[in-house]
Amino acid sequence: MPSINPQAIREGDRLALSKALTAVENGLPESQEIQAALFPFTGQAHLLGITGSPGSGKSTLVNQLAKFFRCQRTYGKTPKIAIVAVDPTSPFSGGALLGDRIRMQDLSGDKGIFIRSMASRGALGGLAHTTAAFATVLDGAGFDMIIIETVGAGQAEVEIASLAHTTIVVETPGMGDDIQAIKAGILEIGDILVVNKADQPGAENAARALQVMLEMGRGGGWERYPAGKHMRSGPHELKNPNPDPSLPTWQPPIQLVTATDGTGVEELASYVVDHKTFLKETGLWQIKESHRLEKDLEVLIQDLLLREWLDRLEDGQYEVVLKEVVTRKRTPIDAAQSLIRKIN
Amino acid sequence: MQERKIRVLIAKPGLDGHDRGAKVIARALRDAGMEVIYTGLRQTPEMIAEAALQEDVDVVGLSILSGAHNALVPSIIKKLHAIGLVNVKVFVGGIIPQTDIPSLLEKGVYAVYGPGTNTQAVVEDIHQAVHH
Repeated sequence: MPSINPQAIREGDRLALSKALTAVENGLPESQEIQAALFPFTGQAHLLGITGSPGSGKSTLVNQLAKFFRCQRTYGKTPKIAIVAVDPTSPFSGGALLGDRIRMQDLSGDKGIFIRSMASRGALGGLAHTTAAFATVLDGAGFDMIIIETVGAGQAEVEIASLAHTTIVVETPGMGDDIQAIKAGILEIGDILVVNKADQPGAENAARALQVMLEMGRGGGWERYPAGKHMRSGPHELKNPNPDPSLPTWQPPIQLVTATDGTGVEELASYVVDHKTFLKETGLWQIKESHRLEKDLEVLIQDLLLREWLDRLEDGQYEVVLKEVVTRKRTPIDAAQSLIRKIN
Repeated sequence: MQERKIRVLIAKPGLDGHDRGAKVIARALRDAGMEVIYTGLRQTPEMIAEAALQEDVDVVGLSILSGAHNALVPSIIKKLHAIGLVNVKVFVGGIIPQTDIPSLLEKGVYAVYGPGTNTQAVVEDIHQAVHH
């Protein structure tokens, strides 16, 4: 494969960008070089996360939002938009069917939009391991807004909240009662809550259940919580469960949307802009960025340590210890400790 | 380091609205461990070429039942080449008369499949096409 020129990516060469994303996704040697060249230009794009259950209308909503923003001058100019759509990889075959583009046909033919589908490749947090690196490359390529659509998420796929500046959680009518709404997890991470399919019966009830949830506690805004250090940061492992009272609070709005015909999309888009303004004006943008980069760093350290450990492990050692665990001669934790000690 | 997965774009150019065959193939390729991007119905050659570029696929599979293959397929191949995708392998499936197959192959199509094709054969052909 010919080497990829980061300068071409900066100048808008879409083929070079696409090849760079492939290199990053597959951990090819040139991916480090590309990221290093683009990294100084990053930190400009607004990262917008969209999450919600399978079939809740995430892709259709992304289509509408992108179409709306492309007709606006929200950022002083018509924003260039990149879309990263993640769909699950089969745990059995390792293959994937990536079908998010089907809902985004309105966007084809627009050179200011770049859509890339991504398979989750075994990652469990709702994104792929390399989604954050994709965001870096696209940010460095000069996109003003990067919309990241997670896999159809259930209750615990909250990784998007630490990657995106603004997270939209998409619900639909009939997804459960108010008890579902006060459970921990995905609803907590929404900076904006959307009840999609608002033309269906029960939409108002769903919005009300979300409203009650918000009134009882907090939703979104986890960047107000002091960052835990040493492998403990991230929305799900906070050392201090109390928000920093000196930081301002964002009250997540609830928006009814019918993504198929675009009803409510204009209001939703204005909330997206409001949230960005809020983050910028309060300084929370910087805090969020530093949380995100810290998390990236942690993941990379874990990755590198694991790889280094695997490299230093002698052939057969692992299998011997595994067999001892399978035959119940050793506990898994004892086996793990012994394997780690063996190489030190 | 992850192994490089084969990425395939399955597209339906033109105006016929039946995509059962495209879905069967998409599913079979998924089960063979490939990453399959399905773009839906009624795609223009420009849309298909642009999607192939953005997704950086190794293979484009075209499903055509309308009889317009002699017009659509060469146009898609031309568009792919024009934007720099010279190594992407193009496969065609659908209702294609035997007499049209040689000219399609001559214009750069890797293989043409008719009704009743064994999906395993398609999987093997794709592996062959990508790894050589």
